[in-house]
Amino acid sequence: MIGMTHYLVLSAILFALSVMGIFLNRKNIIVVLMSIELMLLAVNFNFVTFSSFLHSIDGQIFVFFTLTVAAAEAAIGLAILIILFRNLRSINVQDMNQLKE
Amino acid sequence: MTGTNLYLMIILSPLIASAIVGLFGFALGKRASHCLTILGVFISTLGSYYLLNQVLNHGLSYDGPLYTWLSVGAQTYSVGILVDSLTATMLTIVTSVSLMVHIYTIGYMEHEDGYSRFFSYISLFTFMMLMLVMSNNFIQLFFGWEGVGLVSYLLIGFYFKRESAVFANLKAFLINRIGDLGFLLGIGLVLGYFGTLNYAEVFARLNTMVGVNFLGTNWSAITVICLLLFVGAMGKSAQFPLHVWLPDSMEGPTPISALIHAATMVTAGIFMVARLSPLYNLSETALSFIAIIGAINALFLGLLGLIQNDIKRVVAYSTLSQLGYMAVALGCGAYTVGIFHLMTHAFFKALLFLAAGSVIVAMHHEQDMRKMGGLWKYMPITYAVTIIGNLALAGIPPFAGFFSKDLILEAASNAHEHHMFGSSFVVFCVYAAVFVTACYSFRQLFMTFHGQERFRNVYAQAEHHDHHDDHHGHVEPHETPWVITLPLILLAIPSVIIGWVGFDKFLGGEFFNHVIFNAQFFADKIAEDPITPLHMIAASLHELPVYLALSGILVAFIAHKSPVFVATVKQIFKPAIYVMERKYFMDDLFINGLAPLGRGLGKLLWRVGDMLLIDGLVVNGSARVVALWAKIFRKAQTGYVNSAATYMVVGILILLTFCTSLILK
Repeated sequence: MIGMTHYLVLSAILFALSVMGIFLNRKNIIVVLMSIELMLLAVNFNFVTFSSFLHSIDGQIFVFFTLTVAAAEAAIGLAILIILFRNLRSINVQDMNQLKE
Repeated sequence: MTGTNLYLMIILSPLIASAIVGLFGFALGKRASHCLTILGVFISTLGSYYLLNQVLNHGLSYDGPLYTWLSVGAQTYSVGILVDSLTATMLTIVTSVSLMVHIYTIGYMEHEDGYSRFFSYISLFTFMMLMLVMSNNFIQLFFGWEGVGLVSYLLIGFYFKRESAVFANLKAFLINRIGDLGFLLGIGLVLGYFGTLNYAEVFARLNTMVGVNFLGTNWSAITVICLLLFVGAMGKSAQFPLHVWLPDSMEGPTPISALIHAATMVTAGIFMVARLSPLYNLSETALSFIAIIGAINALFLGLLGLIQNDIKRVVAYSTLSQLGYMAVALGCGAYTVGIFHLMTHAFFKALLFLAAGSVIVAMHHEQDMRKMGGLWKYMPITYAVTIIGNLALAGIPPFAGFFSKDLILEAASNAHEHHMFGSSFVVFCVYAAVFVTACYSFRQLFMTFHGQERFRNVYAQAEHHDHHDDHHGHVEPHETPWVITLPLILLAIPSVIIGWVGFDKFLGGEFFNHVIFNAQFFADKIAEDPITPLHMIAASLHELPVYLALSGILVAFIAHKSPVFVATVKQIFKPAIYVMERKYFMDDLFINGLAPLGRGLGKLLWRVGDMLLIDGLVVNGSARVVALWAKIFRKAQTGYVNSAATYMVVGILILLTFCTSLILK
């Protein structure tokens, strides 16, 4: 029987994957954006799980909010990414260490 | 007018005059400058005479605070006034001599730059000196003490464009710092042991201090205090070995040599010891020390006067010698005699200095006695007063110096009878110094006023070398104007009479009772064997000192008449004269010995203490430690977003774990 624990573990695995995607990724900045999206989805998964098991609709309403914000954020993130690319001629994460100076 | 208003008027009128002339002198002009300052000092002088009269005839005495300067904890430091016979005597001396010098300066400084500056300085000096003598506590004494030192510094360096003057004033200032350090430490110990700086309160607590030792040693605390305070007096009153600044201070204009470096400021140390006589009476060691130092001054520094050719330096060395006499009197417990000599000396030495200045003016600021001679017929008044001054200095009865000096000799003999430590040396020195004093003072007289008119040769030579520039050669030396001769005459009068006029007051009489406490053995002697001036003159005819003085004059006369005699003496005492020409190597000791030592110590502290420890270790060291850690930590600062995110997440994890474990507990 699939219980709440399984759903929560799946969500945690998703979250951990996305975090590691940010941590370890040195090549492609788009992957970073995707990881952030994935992180949000993992959180959404949590919300939905709890909503279903606790018989409360609140979690699902939060999911809508999160998805909206995620969409807006993706749009803004991509826009920034394009400007970044125009200036640096690169989407390589390793080139983006200007903060160091 | 009585009470504090009178005292304030005496003290403040020279200060006000000095401030006005000092600040606005350039606008006031010469005439207004000297009129104002003379008025200020004249008011002080009148007030002092009035006060002296009150003290003498009505037994006035006053001791009270004027104003609280500051209070720290239970301690209050106030500006106060003490009026008694000693104060009144000192006030009279200071203001009289100062007034004479003010008038004299009009003539002496007539053609000099910085005319109003000079008047401002000497009035300021008068104010500081009055503060010093009228104070009723140590702090105010120290204020006046430093104030007169400052003015002395300013005036020695009055011709600040002359390198030797700048050297001399720096020397005076530095040597005085050594003395002042001791003085300040002494004041600190007084505060520490007595808990107060007021004279009267200190004297009231003297009993509690008998037998108290200094900080775990077996020296008496009183002795340490007395010696430290006397170190201050050694600096200010130019006692060996801190005397080296006084001969050099002759770089200043002559009026201030008379006022500051002969009559008043240099006697501040003598005054201070006399003021603290109850304290000094408790320490035989300190008294012996003072007497021995004074004896060294009296004889050995007097000897240097014999080989000087600068007219002012002769008088300067005689000042050192006479200051030594005063110190001997103090050391032998005869404080009133010391003050008596201080008074007679103030008048005749001011007279001698001003007379020397008069000669210098007549010689167009030439000070070398080898270029003078035969001046007596050109300057009769100066000649006459110089004779009076020299007779007083040599101690020929009935001139002023005779009484005070003879009493000092008597005090020394008396101390010898009471087996004071070192008293045989002291007695020998003061007797020998009588001979030396007479010898150098009359050598100066003969060289300046008698013999060939050597200045003519100098002018002839000058004319020979340069026809155009020499305007001196055609002018005969002539008597100086009345502003110079009047003070000379007015000072000559006390130089003659003050000895037997003041005699009763200083000895035997009740004038100084409860003010100056002579040491018991001296007081006993005076009480059992009262002397009168006439008696002293009669007794002196079959005693040694007068004949010593007369033979000194005779030797000076022989030396004047016969160059062969001088040459022979010089030949016999060649090594001794070499040592004397080098001033007993004291200048060498200070300049080549102590000064490099001080500089070396300073360099060591600078290099090791400042540069290495403070700058290197503390200041730059802490910065370097911060930089080192920063160097390590910045390795983590890659600038990549993902590593920043990593730290953030790891940080949150740690924080969450920590919080959760706290909550679960």
